[in-house]
Amino acid sequence: MSEQGRVITYADAGVEALREEMRRDDSIVYIGQGIGPRGGNFRQTRGLWKEFGDDRLRDTGICELGATGVAIGAAMAGTRTIVDEVFLDFALEAITQIVQQAANISYMSDGKIKAPVLVRGAMGSVRSAGAHHSHTFYNWFANTPGLKVVLPSNPYDLKGLFKSSLREPGPVIFIEHKSLYNTKGVVPEEEYLVPLGDARIIREGKDLTIVAMSRMVDLGIKAAAELEKEGISAEVIDPRSIVPLDRQKITDSIKKTGRLVVIDESPSSCSFAAELLAIAVEDCFDELRAVPRRICSLAVPNPFSPILENQMIPTVERIVGEVHDVMKMDKSRRKS
Amino acid sequence: MKEQAVAEQIDRDLLLNYYQKMLELRLFELKVQELYRNARLPGFVHLYVGEEAVAVGVCSNLEPADLVFSTHRGHGHALAKGVPATIVLAELWGKTTGSSGGRGGSMHMYAPEYGFMGTNGIVGAPIPLATGGGLSAKLRKKGQVVVTFFGEGAVNSGSFHEAVNMGSVWNLPVIYVCENNLYATEMAFKRATKNTSVASRAAAYGMLGVEVDGQDVAAVHAAAEAAIRRARADGGPTLIECKTYRYVGHHEGDPGTDYRTRDEVQHWKQQDPVKLARKRLLDAGVDEAKLQAVDLEVEKLIDQAVEFAEKSPEPLANSVNDHVF
Repeated sequence: MSEQGRVITYADAGVEALREEMRRDDSIVYIGQGIGPRGGNFRQTRGLWKEFGDDRLRDTGICELGATGVAIGAAMAGTRTIVDEVFLDFALEAITQIVQQAANISYMSDGKIKAPVLVRGAMGSVRSAGAHHSHTFYNWFANTPGLKVVLPSNPYDLKGLFKSSLREPGPVIFIEHKSLYNTKGVVPEEEYLVPLGDARIIREGKDLTIVAMSRMVDLGIKAAAELEKEGISAEVIDPRSIVPLDRQKITDSIKKTGRLVVIDESPSSCSFAAELLAIAVEDCFDELRAVPRRICSLAVPNPFSPILENQMIPTVERIVGEVHDVMKMDKSRRKS
Repeated sequence: MKEQAVAEQIDRDLLLNYYQKMLELRLFELKVQELYRNARLPGFVHLYVGEEAVAVGVCSNLEPADLVFSTHRGHGHALAKGVPATIVLAELWGKTTGSSGGRGGSMHMYAPEYGFMGTNGIVGAPIPLATGGGLSAKLRKKGQVVVTFFGEGAVNSGSFHEAVNMGSVWNLPVIYVCENNLYATEMAFKRATKNTSVASRAAAYGMLGVEVDGQDVAAVHAAAEAAIRRARADGGPTLIECKTYRYVGHHEGDPGTDYRTRDEVQHWKQQDPVKLARKRLLDAGVDEAKLQAVDLEVEKLIDQAVEFAEKSPEPLANSVNDHVF
C-alpha cells in the first residue's frame, strides 16, 4: 500500500467500490434500509441513489428476513444483489435465509444454482452502542460451509475487497467495523482489486506474530509500536478474509517467529482466534517457542457503561501485557 | 355451433393433459411410498397424494422460462413444472443422475434447467426467495413470472408476511399459491389462527386474493391463468388459496390419524382430483379405452423412472467436497 496519494474515508472507499462495480455490472441491485436518498445510516451509500435510482437502490421497510430472502432469491435467479443489514446484529433476523438458503444453495443444487449475494453489515463495539448493536458474529458465519467472510480493516483494503466480493460466484458476508467508517487512508484513483484469501503483512518482525482483523488491526499496529520501543520486533498480519483464509502466509510467519498472539474482538470460545491457535499447533508445532495466546473480548454481552465496555474489549495495554508474558516463555529452554 | 364444438374439443384435450399429468404425480408418489416403505430410499419424504390438481392446474399455465419455488412437499411441483420423473426419482435415491446429483434429496432438489428453483426444507423460506426471483424477472423485463407454493402452515410465519408485503409494494410478477390442506404437520389451521381465510389476508397487503377449489384442476387452472396473465402484464402479484387435502400423513411414517378423523379423510377422497377429472372426461365423451391407454402410458413412465434411478450410479465418496462455493 502506497504511503502517498489520495486520502479518503473507509465509508467513501465503499461508496467508490459500489459506484465502479454498479457501473461495470448493470445487473447489481442494492437492497436495504435507508440506503436510497438517505445515503445509508453510516453514509455507506452516499450519492449512489442519485446515479442509480430506485430500481437499483431499493429501500425497504424494516424487514430483514424478507429483504434478505428477496436478495438471495434474486441472486439465485441471476441478479447480483447486495443486502445491507446496516447493523450486523440485524442479520440475525435473517439468519435462516443466509445460512439455510444462500450458504447451501450451490451444494444442494450440485453447483447448478449460485447465489451471488453480498450480505453487508457493520459490527463491533463503538461508543456504548450496547448489547443489541455491537455484536461481531463473524465466527458464526465462518463456521458455515458455503459462506465467504470478509473483514476489511482500512479504506484501501475495503475498496479492493468489496470489488472482488462483487465478482464472487456465491454469497459473501462483508463485515465492516462501525468505528472505522470515518477513519482515513490512501486509496488510489485507478482501479485495483484485493483478492479474497490473501493476507497482508502490515509490518514485518522477527520475535512474534500478531494476527488481527478489522478494528483490532489498528490495536495490533499500536501495540507493535510500543513493543518496538522495548526491542521486541512484532510481525503484524491482517488475514483480510477469514473464509477463505490465507493459512500459508500466517503459518509461514509463525514458523519464522515461533510465537503467536491473536487479537479477536469476539469472545474466545469457539472463535476465529481459537481456530488460529489450532492451526498454529497443527502446522507449526515444532517451531513454536511459546504457547500461542489469544486476546479476545470478554464473554459478556456488550455493556453500555464506557468503563465496562472498555474493560470488555481488547486494548493496546492488554495486548502489550500479554505479549510480555509470551516473550517470557521459551519452550526449548524450559525443556532443557 | 361449430366454434363451440371446437372449443369443447380444446377443453377436452387440455383436461386430458391435466388428467395425465395428475396421474403421473399420483403414481409417482405411490411408487415413492412403496420404495420408501421397503427401505429402498434414504432420508425422509413428504408425499403430495391428494393435492395434484394444485400443481398441475397452476404449472400448466407456465412457460419453461418461468420459475417455480416449492416446498418440503414438492415432488409434484417438480414434475408439474416439467422436471422428468427419472431425475426426480434418481434424486430421491441419492444418485448422481438426480436433479441435484444426490446432494439434495427430497427437500433440496433443484432443476433450474426446467425453471424449477427447488423444493425446500424450511417452511416459509421459499416465499421471500420467490419474491426475489420476481424482482429479478421484473428487472429483466422478459415477461417471466414466478410461482411459489406453500402450505397454510407457512402463512403464520414472518417470512410470508414480509415477502408478500414486498412483492405487493414492488408490484412483482409473483403468484403466491397457498395449498391449504388444513394441517401444518398435525396442527389444524383453525387452532393456529383466528382468520382461516388465507385469501382474505391479501387485503392486508393491498393485493388481490382469490380462493379456489383445489381439487378441481380446471378451476385452479382458470384462477392461475388470470393471475399469471396479470403478472406478465406488470399487473402485480396475486395470492391464490387452493382448498385441498393430503390423504397421507405429514411425512411417510406418520399415519396421520392422531389429529384428524378417518371420516374426514374419506370425505376428501370423495373429491379426488384425479377421479374427478377422469369422470369429467368420460362425461364429455372421451372413450374409456382412450383413458386406459393414457393410464398405461403413465404407468410405463413411472416404471422407466424406477429402472433409470435404480441403475444410476452412486456418487463417488471423494466428491463430497465439490460445489460448496
